Amino acid sequence: MLPDERGYFGDYGGQFVPETLMPVLDELATAYKEARADKAFWSEFEALSRDYSGRPTPLYLAERLTENCGGARIFLKREDLAHTGAHKINNALGQGLLARRMGKRRIIAETGAGQHGVAAAAVCAKLGLECIVYMGEEDVRRQSLNVFRMRLMGAEVRPVHGGSRTLKDAINEAIRDWVTNPDTYYLLGSVVGPSPYPVMVRDFQSVIGKETRQQILDKSGRLPDYIIACVGGGSNAIGIFYSFLNDKEVNLIGVEAAGRGLSTGEHAAPLMAGTVGVLHGTKSYVLQTKDGQIRETHSISAGLDYPGVGPEHSYLKDSGRATYVAVTDQEALEGFKLLCKTEGIVPALEPAHAIFHAAKMASSLEKEKTIVVNLSGRGDKDMDIVAQALGVKL
Amino acid sequence: MSKIASAFSPPGHKALIAYVTVGYPSVEATLKVVPLLADSGADIVELGIPFSDPLADGVTIQKSSFHALQNGVTPRLCLELAGQLSQKVNIPLVFMTYYNPVFSYGLDKFCSACAGSGISGIIIPDLPPDEGSDLEAISQRQGLDLIYLLAPTSTGERIRLAAQRSRGFIYLVSVTGVTGARDRVPADLEAFVTRVRNTTAQPLCVGFGISTPEQASRIARIADGVIVGSRIIQLMEKEDDFASLAELVRSLRGSIDKISGQ
Ligand SMILES: Cc1ncc(COP(=O)(O)O)c(C=O)c1O
Repeated sequence: MLPDERGYFGDYGGQFVPETLMPVLDELATAYKEARADKAFWSEFEALSRDYSGRPTPLYLAERLTENCGGARIFLKREDLAHTGAHKINNALGQGLLARRMGKRRIIAETGAGQHGVAAAAVCAKLGLECIVYMGEEDVRRQSLNVFRMRLMGAEVRPVHGGSRTLKDAINEAIRDWVTNPDTYYLLGSVVGPSPYPVMVRDFQSVIGKETRQQILDKSGRLPDYIIACVGGGSNAIGIFYSFLNDKEVNLIGVEAAGRGLSTGEHAAPLMAGTVGVLHGTKSYVLQTKDGQIRETHSISAGLDYPGVGPEHSYLKDSGRATYVAVTDQEALEGFKLLCKTEGIVPALEPAHAIFHAAKMASSLEKEKTIVVNLSGRGDKDMDIVAQALGVKL
Repeated sequence: MSKIASAFSPPGHKALIAYVTVGYPSVEATLKVVPLLADSGADIVELGIPFSDPLADGVTIQKSSFHALQNGVTPRLCLELAGQLSQKVNIPLVFMTYYNPVFSYGLDKFCSACAGSGISGIIIPDLPPDEGSDLEAISQRQGLDLIYLLAPTSTGERIRLAAQRSRGFIYLVSVTGVTGARDRVPADLEAFVTRVRNTTAQPLCVGFGISTPEQASRIARIADGVIVGSRIIQLMEKEDDFASLAELVRSLRGSIDKISGQ
């Protein structure tokens, strides 16, 4: 069973945090262990997943997309239809319930694209908890609609001015807040960070894969040949992979952001182009300079614009159980437009990376093959960026 | 006696420990300031190797680290400068940095380079004892002290862990928070230091937030050493004039010595 006692997936994971937080992580791990074993905790999670988040989300056969590619059948797991518009709500809900159970009143979160921030703000509003969201200044600018949404739901959004002013810096600032206020609950948004976050977030997101497994069996009578998901921190990908880890015939493919191209150095693909390091409390693949400084990243999608990745993905990469590829900004835009035109579905830019790769693969596969793409979120938040990229003035 | 232990002798001598970010505001400044700190009464100097993501640091050291990185400071350069400085000063020099630059350098290579540059110890705020076994073994072989930290949130069990594993001294973080000069020393600091004191005979040095001679003397009453960082960095902003810095260090020294009765 991974992770091990010390929170390691093979060589990856651990707890590289200031001493102040070590007892706090212990408390969190203990509280989560108790909650995990408590049926009442999960029945509340499931009831709210259904009535509040709108689960189960559909598994949808994208017929015109399939036709257009002329090969394997493509199914979409419609996380874009979940409340607040992305898979992020699954984790926010789970951790929100855990925070309340622990008697925490003050919640902090970081956000990149703003999707996790919005999900955290929603859950905090619903549970009556105070919510502070750290967000890089650059992301505040490029995802302004989500900033407005968070504020409407009562969250305080604190722009972060340090470093590259994106997700990495928002996490730094959230950790600084947490070190200063160890009674606060840190609602981390992906399968990154120190143990127990990678396993906790995975557990809450694994509902995606559980549903998918049942749905694809119902619809096609067998398991899919490929599952494709985009990888920022890696939560939607682990969420859909997890239920299939033991099904060796199912190929798991994670898609990182190649930004302007892996060769330009302006990307966000630590699994493809990084080396092992320690960032934000966990050992994993990281984009860093030869001197061990964390590198600035670039992606058209704020949600993928992060130099690290969850430790379990590093493990899955090394073990060969999952494979990872990277898709550029331009290609993601192609995927974005393709899904809009063929299916009338506007994806977020993050899963547009996965759509592009799936479409490319489908063309080269026989018609009997099936691909499931995790459509992790919808694209409303990205209208400004896409318009700008396409040279359209709104 | 290890070089760091000598900073706490003769018994009753309270150590003054000064932090600087290497290469802030410039490499030349570091070369000038460290001897000045030693001459003004510092017993140990912490040389900060700048890291891009200093999550245990407040605004002052975030800025100095960023600035130093802009100046092209690398771990390699820090080692080189440490080599020069250890020839010039007679007090122990220790590195303070985050785990990733050390890990990326290679634990073995880093520790042997430290030993070769006259470094006596290493402080890594994001490396708790739970993750430190590898670096502990390797640093020990090179005669380096790996100094662990404790915080007000540390439980009895964690205090025992650090007491067993820390070498040189134990770094007590005075507040739940990041580095940065503060107006006040927390009210429950005495209780925290006493809790640790009851567990271990290791030297205890208190840092984070200490900036004035009054605060230093209050710490010297209960601990074996006082660590001052952000306040020193603030006084280095004007590169040409380190007179006020020397003045601060002398008065810190004076207020500490009054307590230890020297
Ligand atoms: C819609 C969507 N997909 C994917 C991601 C990337 O995160 P992760 O890799 O944790 O799923 C984000 C992050 O903000 C997102 O909003």
